Amino acid sequence: MTTFLELLVNGISVGAVYALIALGFVVIFKATEVVNFTHASLLLAGGFLVAKLHPALGFWLALAAGVAGAALVGALIEFLIIRRARVGSHGVLAIVTIGVDILLTTELTREIGTDVLALGDPWRDQVLHLGPITIAETRIVALGVAAALITAFLLAFKFTGWGVAMRATAEDAETAALMGVRLGRVSLSAWAVAGALAAIAALFLCVFPTPGLDRSTTAAAMKAFPAAILGGLDSTTGALAGGLIVGVTEALMSGYQSQLAFLGRGIGDAAPFLVMIVILLFRPAGIFGTKELARV
Amino acid sequence: MAGEAGLEIADLAVHYGPVRALRGIRVTVPRGAVVAVLGANGAGKTTLLRAVSGTLRFHRGGVTSGTVSFGGSRLNGSPATAVARGVVQVPEGRRVFARMTVAENLRAGALGVRDRAKAGEARDRVHALFPILAERAHQRAGLLSGGEQQMLSIGRALMANPSMLLLDEPTLGLAPKMAARIAATIREINAQGTSVLLVEQNAAMALGLASHAYVLEVGEVALSGPAAELAASDEVRRRYLGVGTPETDRPVGINAENAPPDDPPRPVRTLSRWTA
Repeated sequence: MTTFLELLVNGISVGAVYALIALGFVVIFKATEVVNFTHASLLLAGGFLVAKLHPALGFWLALAAGVAGAALVGALIEFLIIRRARVGSHGVLAIVTIGVDILLTTELTREIGTDVLALGDPWRDQVLHLGPITIAETRIVALGVAAALITAFLLAFKFTGWGVAMRATAEDAETAALMGVRLGRVSLSAWAVAGALAAIAALFLCVFPTPGLDRSTTAAAMKAFPAAILGGLDSTTGALAGGLIVGVTEALMSGYQSQLAFLGRGIGDAAPFLVMIVILLFRPAGIFGTKELARV
Repeated sequence: MAGEAGLEIADLAVHYGPVRALRGIRVTVPRGAVVAVLGANGAGKTTLLRAVSGTLRFHRGGVTSGTVSFGGSRLNGSPATAVARGVVQVPEGRRVFARMTVAENLRAGALGVRDRAKAGEARDRVHALFPILAERAHQRAGLLSGGEQQMLSIGRALMANPSMLLLDEPTLGLAPKMAARIAATIREINAQGTSVLLVEQNAAMALGLASHAYVLEVGEVALSGPAAELAASDEVRRRYLGVGTPETDRPVGINAENAPPDDPPRPVRTLSRWTA
């Protein structure tokens, strides 16, 4: 039972981080209808900046720089590539983003090399004992930060002019333009926000118990794809639910791997994709996809 | 007849790729006036409004010659600029944001307005014109009836405090009673000082509202003049008002099908008011 609770808390915490990545993914899809495959490299860029800058700037300033840097990279991708190619079909744009992702990832992994970079976070490897449960402090912080950010975003979508513009654009871009919404700005802000969220997610994917940022970090980021898709690509609530489902599934499958030996090693990594396929078989638009009434 | 500098469309040509949609269009809407544009499907009425509001690029079209100016200076073809200058379009088919509430739709209409106090005033004006929108403020727009959606669509445009309202087929698909209400509302909006460029297939209603009208045919202005004169013209009556020829003196459609089978054979009838 203790093991189960520990796995569950860990899963929820990691799931919340996946939800942050998926949220950025969904924001871009809503604003521009582009499935953005550069997300993993945005995340890597944010994490890389924090890792490189923290010895000189200290952790918090480096984190701010990483968030700003990833937002800038996202905005630049939108401004230099996606905006120019706007007339093309969205399928083509998705493939363009794969190309950009490969270029960015290749350059970043060349910079990282075989190193495992520490991010200099203040929580290090401290653990918290809650009754019988032992849990890393980083996991608690991740859960808190992710929950706060996601709440802030859901509220912003509902109550700010930016959120209303974003939702109006997602629903009907031409009509939103008739209201005076500048679609270029909406799109640019979506990419910048997605970059910033990815950088925060990078931090929590690379801190304890993970040894640090290395070239395999993008693989962890990839798990946010099934999260976004199974939740419903155009739903912020879906991103949250999808992230949690993926995180908990992965944690439980990895935790109980010995009992699941017949499935082979590494089932935890494959599980999110299995869950995605099963859910899409029954709900092709994802759990909270467009047909859902209670969209945010 | 330009009066004070209102909307001036001069020698406008529009293409969608290789396809020419409009040519040599000259239309003027003086400040404070209601001007109607009539024409059959495909005559270029909606394209004309798109050229003014700057939304041609959403349909891969563009202005290939001529100018659109408002208040004496040119509109540059960006919808945000048009809205900022006070030229706001109500799109055909209402196009409310169905997944957002009525209140959020109105808020979206004010996104182009910086001044919060003005947005508040605009909301009060919209609620006074359409009390139902205040009652249904928290209902999802997609659940409103067609007529209510049209009110919302017009109200949303009014949130931007337009000095020139572009209306694209506001009575399309509405019951006659609701269409009459919309017409009365357009008259009221105009009386409050907003100029209106009205595109309609319901020629009788449009000519009743407008002081001046243009008839488009295959992308060109075929007729223009004071609305009363056009309403009296045989050609307009025959083509757009459905009167003037014997077979269209009867109401179209239902009677023909309900007629007893032993009636003498009649020529095949088309909806003459919609044919060019």
